[in-house]
Amino acid sequence: MALDAKQTYVAEFASSEANLSGPAWLRAMRKSAIGRFEALGFPTQKHEDWKYTNLAPLLRVPFKPAILARPDGVVAEKLEPFTFGVLKTSKLVFVNGRYAPRLSYLRTLPEGVRILSIADVLRQEPETLESHLGHFARFQDDSFVALNTALFLDGAYLEIPKNTVVEEPIHLLFVSTSKELPTVANPRNLIRLGPASQASVIETYAGWAPEVTFTNAVTEVAAGPASVLDHYKIQRESEAAFHVATMSVDQDRNSSVMCHSMSFGGAMVRNYVHTLFRAEGGSLGLNGLFMTSETQQSDNYTRIDHAAPACTSVELYRGILDGRSRGVFNGNIYVRKDAQKTVARQTNKNLLLSKDAFVDSTPGLEILADDVKCNHASTIGQLDESAVFYLRSRGIDEEAARHMLTYAFASDVVNQVKVAPIRIRLDQLILSRLPKGSGLGESL
Amino acid sequence: MLEISNLQVKVGGKEILKGIDLSIQPGEVHAIMGPNGSGKTTLAQVLAGRVTYEVTGGSVRFEGKNLLAMKPEDRAREGVFMAFQYPVEIPGVSNAYFLKAALNAIRKYRGLDEIDAMDFVTLIQDKAKLLSLDETFMKRGLNEGFSGGEKKKNEVFQMAVLEPKFCILDETDSGLDIDALRLVADGINTMRGPKRSMLVVTHYQRLLDYVVPDFVHVLVDGRIVKSGDADLARNLEKHGYGWILEEAPKPQAARP
Repeated sequence: MALDAKQTYVAEFASSEANLSGPAWLRAMRKSAIGRFEALGFPTQKHEDWKYTNLAPLLRVPFKPAILARPDGVVAEKLEPFTFGVLKTSKLVFVNGRYAPRLSYLRTLPEGVRILSIADVLRQEPETLESHLGHFARFQDDSFVALNTALFLDGAYLEIPKNTVVEEPIHLLFVSTSKELPTVANPRNLIRLGPASQASVIETYAGWAPEVTFTNAVTEVAAGPASVLDHYKIQRESEAAFHVATMSVDQDRNSSVMCHSMSFGGAMVRNYVHTLFRAEGGSLGLNGLFMTSETQQSDNYTRIDHAAPACTSVELYRGILDGRSRGVFNGNIYVRKDAQKTVARQTNKNLLLSKDAFVDSTPGLEILADDVKCNHASTIGQLDESAVFYLRSRGIDEEAARHMLTYAFASDVVNQVKVAPIRIRLDQLILSRLPKGSGLGESL
Repeated sequence: MLEISNLQVKVGGKEILKGIDLSIQPGEVHAIMGPNGSGKTTLAQVLAGRVTYEVTGGSVRFEGKNLLAMKPEDRAREGVFMAFQYPVEIPGVSNAYFLKAALNAIRKYRGLDEIDAMDFVTLIQDKAKLLSLDETFMKRGLNEGFSGGEKKKNEVFQMAVLEPKFCILDETDSGLDIDALRLVADGINTMRGPKRSMLVVTHYQRLLDYVVPDFVHVLVDGRIVKSGDADLARNLEKHGYGWILEEAPKPQAARP
């Protein structure tokens, strides 16, 4: 089965190679990526990083390449639920991995800020990308990154020049739709922050039930010296969707990066965040929430590479699992030999709302330096019955009490979000699964 | 208002209450006193509906209705309130939201509309003043990071907002310094009235100096062994529980 799926993608590359845009260096990279993909194949559960994840349901679906899918039927009104109310944002919309200019909108931006479709950049000035594209998300050991590198059509290119602050968030909205056959898209994003620049970027992945889609996204971030990035990834695809996303962050000296990952939709979801401190003084926050129900599977892998001294990483992930859903948290922190004065804290807490839900939590810390402060903690538990009783004893019915306590469990992660309209939207998404807790969000 | 007849309760297979009879009329304040392990808290929790307690015999009627058959939330909606000995901390749910949700659940049960937002604010401001509670605490997580005294104040504050018919106060005086004790006692006394009854569970007589009960019952080993008026509590304070234990009839052998 896996072999068939693999060959399908290899064949797709062969037949569409001529249409895949790009200069010679990119064509060479694509060729080498498909070669790696063919050699690696899709990972099986024998692979350490995939042992909790059965890809068979993904490989069974005969996805039609998004290049052939018509992005019709997507109008601005349909995207309204995926925006952030009063929040003013520049917005790039991609439908099935392709830029949709008529749905996109750029606000007035500081001089030199570039927000573009990556396909446009490849057509007009491909040399801009050569020094960065594929340098952070390496395809040599990763089938999904290899597949994306070989087949991507489009995505967002963001460039913030030095000493420039972009006040309003930049919203990248990726919608997947499949009216007839299931479709696959490989969006590819590159975010470059110049020295002492600052930006907020939101990636929303969205779709509509019951459409079956497969998104295989890759985002590369190069955070220049003393730059500040606030990044949000909000995954709201259909409950029938497959979603694999890789985010690779490269942090230069004294840069400060916050990556929020909020995962709600999808039948099978894999969020992989990989960060590297290449120079000293950097700080990183990984702030994640995954919420699953019924038969959803949500995997959350993070890897933080402390390759330089005096960097700080704080990771907080929470999982809320209901029904027969499955979740994985796997966090690896590497502190290399020269990375003295590292501070690394990792916490993963999971709440199981049903006896059939299941989560695997594997915190990991590998320390080769000796002057460091590192710790990690992981818990898996149910709602506190004495808290449920306390609420009920005040007249609140049992279901409402459980919803309130579940919301409270998520609030630690949500409260890390400093932009109020984003926080309110996240509250709404959480509460839409906890209808009896409604009203909680705005009162907090 | 409350009729407890021959109430027997087990916890984890162990018999804790061995046949309690107690009748409380509207407007009365009853105190239950007793040494540690006598079953005081069990009695309070059973009345509030905690499921970890297994009722093996007897009955409890509240305003003629079978209280033991009701879910905890329905007991609250009918007008039963227990101030917890150890209130639970719930970060992420604000005091304000919690209290509004509770108040509206009770109002809905009684066929009333949800409380108007402004009326709610006025209500909690008035009641907070009663207990000298800082208003900022309404925005904080429920009991989150509260001192022992703040938690107890918050229990009485909730009681004042929800205006129950029957209040159970489980060791509400424990952990309070003398100033906080006075505030809490004043709060409780303000709520005394001809239609509201109270059951004050306490180990020490201290609280009863301020909240003077109409009746005092001494609970020993799961049974009420002596009842009297407020003087009984003062005697206990002076002489301890020893004399009652000697005076009390020896437990009968278990019936087959």
